[in-house]
Amino acid sequence: MELYEYTVHELMDKLEKKEITITDITKAYVDRINEKEKDVEAFVTTLTDEAIVKSQEIQKSVEEGKQTSKYAGIPIGIKDNMCTKGVKTTCSSKMLENFVAPYDATVIEKLNKEGIVNLGKLNMDEFAMGAATEYSAFKKTKNPWNLNTVPGGSSGGSAAAVAGNLVPWALGSDTGGSIRQPASFCGVVGLKPTYGLVSRYGLVAFASSLDQIGPITKDVRDSAILLNLISGHDEKDTTSINNPKVDYTKCLKNDVKGLKIGVPKEFFGEGINPEVKEKLQEAIEKYKELGAIIEECSLDIAQYSLATYYIIACAEASSNLGRFDGIRYGYRTKNFENLKDIYKNSRSEGFGEEVKRRIILGTYVLSSGYYDAYYKKALEVRTLVKNEFDKMFEKYDVLLTPTSPTVAFQIGGKSNNPLEMYLSDICTVSVNVAGLPAISVPCGVDSKGMPIGMQLIGDRFQEEKILNVAYTYEQATNFREKYKPEFKK
Amino acid sequence: MSRQDYEIVMGLEVHAELSTKTKIFCSCPTEFGGEPNTHCCPICMAMPGTLPVLNEKVVEYAVKAGLATNCEISKNSKNDRKNYFYPDLPKAYQISQFDKPLCENGYVEIEDDNGEKKQIRLERIHIEEDAGKLNHNEFGGGSLVDLNRAGVPLIEIVSKPDLRTSSEVEKYLRKIKSILEYIEVSDCKMQEGSLRADVNVSVRKKGETKFGTRTEMKNMNSFRSIVRAIEYEANRQIDLIEEGGVVEQTTLRWDDVSGRTFSMRDKEDAQDYRYFPDPDLVAIRLSDEYIENIKNSLPELPESRKARYMDKFGLSEKDSKLLTSSKYLSDLFEGAEKICKNAKAVANWILSDISKMLNEKEMEADQIPFTAEDLAKVIELIDKGTISSAIAKRVVVELFENPRAPEVIIKENGWIQISDEGAIKEVVLKVLEANPQSVADYKGGKDKALGFLVGQAMKETKGKANPGMLNKMFLEELKK
Amino acid sequence: MQVSKEEILHIAKLAHLNFKDEEVDKYLIYLQDILNFANIVNNAPVQGLDETIGANNNYNVFRRDEIKQFEDREALLQNAPEQERGMFKIPKVIQ
Repeated sequence: MELYEYTVHELMDKLEKKEITITDITKAYVDRINEKEKDVEAFVTTLTDEAIVKSQEIQKSVEEGKQTSKYAGIPIGIKDNMCTKGVKTTCSSKMLENFVAPYDATVIEKLNKEGIVNLGKLNMDEFAMGAATEYSAFKKTKNPWNLNTVPGGSSGGSAAAVAGNLVPWALGSDTGGSIRQPASFCGVVGLKPTYGLVSRYGLVAFASSLDQIGPITKDVRDSAILLNLISGHDEKDTTSINNPKVDYTKCLKNDVKGLKIGVPKEFFGEGINPEVKEKLQEAIEKYKELGAIIEECSLDIAQYSLATYYIIACAEASSNLGRFDGIRYGYRTKNFENLKDIYKNSRSEGFGEEVKRRIILGTYVLSSGYYDAYYKKALEVRTLVKNEFDKMFEKYDVLLTPTSPTVAFQIGGKSNNPLEMYLSDICTVSVNVAGLPAISVPCGVDSKGMPIGMQLIGDRFQEEKILNVAYTYEQATNFREKYKPEFKK
Repeated sequence: MSRQDYEIVMGLEVHAELSTKTKIFCSCPTEFGGEPNTHCCPICMAMPGTLPVLNEKVVEYAVKAGLATNCEISKNSKNDRKNYFYPDLPKAYQISQFDKPLCENGYVEIEDDNGEKKQIRLERIHIEEDAGKLNHNEFGGGSLVDLNRAGVPLIEIVSKPDLRTSSEVEKYLRKIKSILEYIEVSDCKMQEGSLRADVNVSVRKKGETKFGTRTEMKNMNSFRSIVRAIEYEANRQIDLIEEGGVVEQTTLRWDDVSGRTFSMRDKEDAQDYRYFPDPDLVAIRLSDEYIENIKNSLPELPESRKARYMDKFGLSEKDSKLLTSSKYLSDLFEGAEKICKNAKAVANWILSDISKMLNEKEMEADQIPFTAEDLAKVIELIDKGTISSAIAKRVVVELFENPRAPEVIIKENGWIQISDEGAIKEVVLKVLEANPQSVADYKGGKDKALGFLVGQAMKETKGKANPGMLNKMFLEELKK
Repeated sequence: MQVSKEEILHIAKLAHLNFKDEEVDKYLIYLQDILNFANIVNNAPVQGLDETIGANNNYNVFRRDEIKQFEDREALLQNAPEQERGMFKIPKVIQ
């Protein structure tokens, strides 16, 4: 087995046993990036040379006893919407093509402290708006399982890089499914934490009340480890929760006996691909075998949730993206005579079409005369969605649904119809609307060999439950040993 | 109809910068001045990914202001975004408060033009952030954005349209200024823009109950311009109506040089602020205990100081009121009294010479360039006989012109009183010799002649002779 | 709700976006489509429900009034398209 095929916890075992050195790991990934990046195009910025140097420094400081973290020297890839001091943060937008943040995001600070090595910044849909990474202004990332299909989005670069072994793990961000859906498309594990568990400071905002940073990893244990590293209270983010620190690896008990899993039937309706349904059904059977109590239930909020999601997300985005005005940073049009030209032309030329569509929708729903009918109503529906989930969690430990109605689709297959694209977020957005944690784990492949994801949703701050439920399934099914991406052309 | 047939209706939106150490949503200093963009950080520069965290003092100060103006304090409040594009507003939204301000339904009391007490109702007080500054480059042909002021905390105090004359407006604004100074939440330095007002003006025929269409004059920051601007704008509206025209609801800019108002906004500009709750900030919930604690910590307000001055120092009501009209005057009074223990003299100096100087120089009390210690020292020097009152007046002028320790001023100018008996006698004899007629007049029963002789002696000594000793010596010599 | 061409131009103006003539219809159709869909929020059973603002129940999260000066002014200005004397330069604004 090649070094880049191991999970992070396996690499850490090897480091501990001194079978490998810190620099070996980074070197293996740098070689792998040099070999495969041209096919996958997962990165906006690669930091291969910098990573080699960094890993040598870390090796040295570990030897000198200055760096004592057991994660020291583990490489990572970062979605390109998290600010990294001195390295470009583009959000895959022409608007920020040359933007270098003057500060590190809180998650980056945390990783730096542990001596984690950044391999580069990963491609995404522009400003995280999209579900296929086709809205990147720079490149279209390919799905390592089939290079003609999309990796999902918006964290498509992160998921593809992990699936293709270009990085051992990665950070993504999830506003309406942007970690879970690409994880599902790429056959990896994606965790969207409870809103407030991970600091948003330094994450370029798409929709402030929905965004969360989370891990995209090869397996569930790595997900728990990375969550350990990035979670925790941050004074710089007032929505961050001040809960006692939890070790998320401790909950991986490989046991679901007696746990109650609810299966909301509305998430298995007509829009869901039959092969997806079939694999989910097999997973349900597996849980029964493992001793979980499975019950079908009704959670009839998906359509309301989806509408509410797009209203709230776009409203917040329309305001969050106002700061891109061509004055202090970012793209400035060449075509101007006065200030108004700078505003209008910089924004019109610097933002891609999907971003502009969402700004228009968001501006509309907040504008006078429509606020009550859309935005205010959406905030009320948000309460409804939360209440309905609360009722579910009075009965069940976790809820089980598909992550996405389909497997990864062909590049260019959906991008011409925005509404159709939005509808495919139906399984994931409610989780963000209610601020819940959810994880996507692979549960098989379809007849063409493309991965299918299962979503496990937990109550607020019940990451331990969904991690254990996912872990137990993973241990029983061994997806990673059975299926591997083949870079089909 | 003439202008006298109209009534002017006005409401004020007063913006006061709070005197916190740091900005409202980040830890940058609020200090005035500084090189451009040096009191800035990624947050107040609206770098992508940054988040605001509310300064606890801002809430405390706003609640203080609310309590001092008889407002109800909201137990449930929040921050909202007001969205508009302007180069001095880096996020393209201002974090303000929309439907749940911290304070509501207050009032302050002023005296109307007939000397009657009048309540001016406050609609609300809310917290928000200040914008940056645009510097206009005279030669380079562009404008330059400095964000040092961006994010400085403000409270906006919104009155009901209860004001009827420009002098009421001035009194109201002075009252607000004085209250904010007393409770120490703002230094209210109008010349630095830390207190400024938007004035809404409309006119209507007397007896009419409906309001006329109002115009808004933005960012006024001197009492003099406010009064002038109101008079100009009200007359403009009245003349317009008299000529059969219609007042348009607009935002105006007062130009002090030309003495006119100008329309500010581009008519094409769409105005729709799209307020919505800021999702980056969480709810503000104030407990009864929190509000009670602030109430108990409020410093003594002018009314109570006034009563104390009358009671403890035996000052007249009029003098006490004048002294407490400004916290700076009142603090100067109390500070000097504490040292020299001569309340009446301190009050007199403040209300006569010092007030006169402020008027002449068009200065506000907060600009007095010397300390209470300096004033106390002047009074002590008079009491000890080191200087005469005449000299003291000149010392006070010097304290304004070129402030330094009174002793130094006196020494540098050679103003120490002559109390040496020999020296005085020499002057007295000289004056008597030079004015035989006056001596004869005095001896002939004209007492007034003594005054003339003393005056001559003062002139001779450039005011430095001890007047008591002079008098005594003249009397002695004239008896001979 | 039916969106008119004037309305979408007004919205574009508020958002400071410019549409070419041939783009206006495209954005109009999109907005109309998504609004038709989003309208279902008005059928949701929300009687008596409050608005949810923010995704969790945090409140009263404040910062102490203590100065922390950000030292790296260069880094704050380094991304500016145009600057002069430490300030961001823009075309002359007439107030």
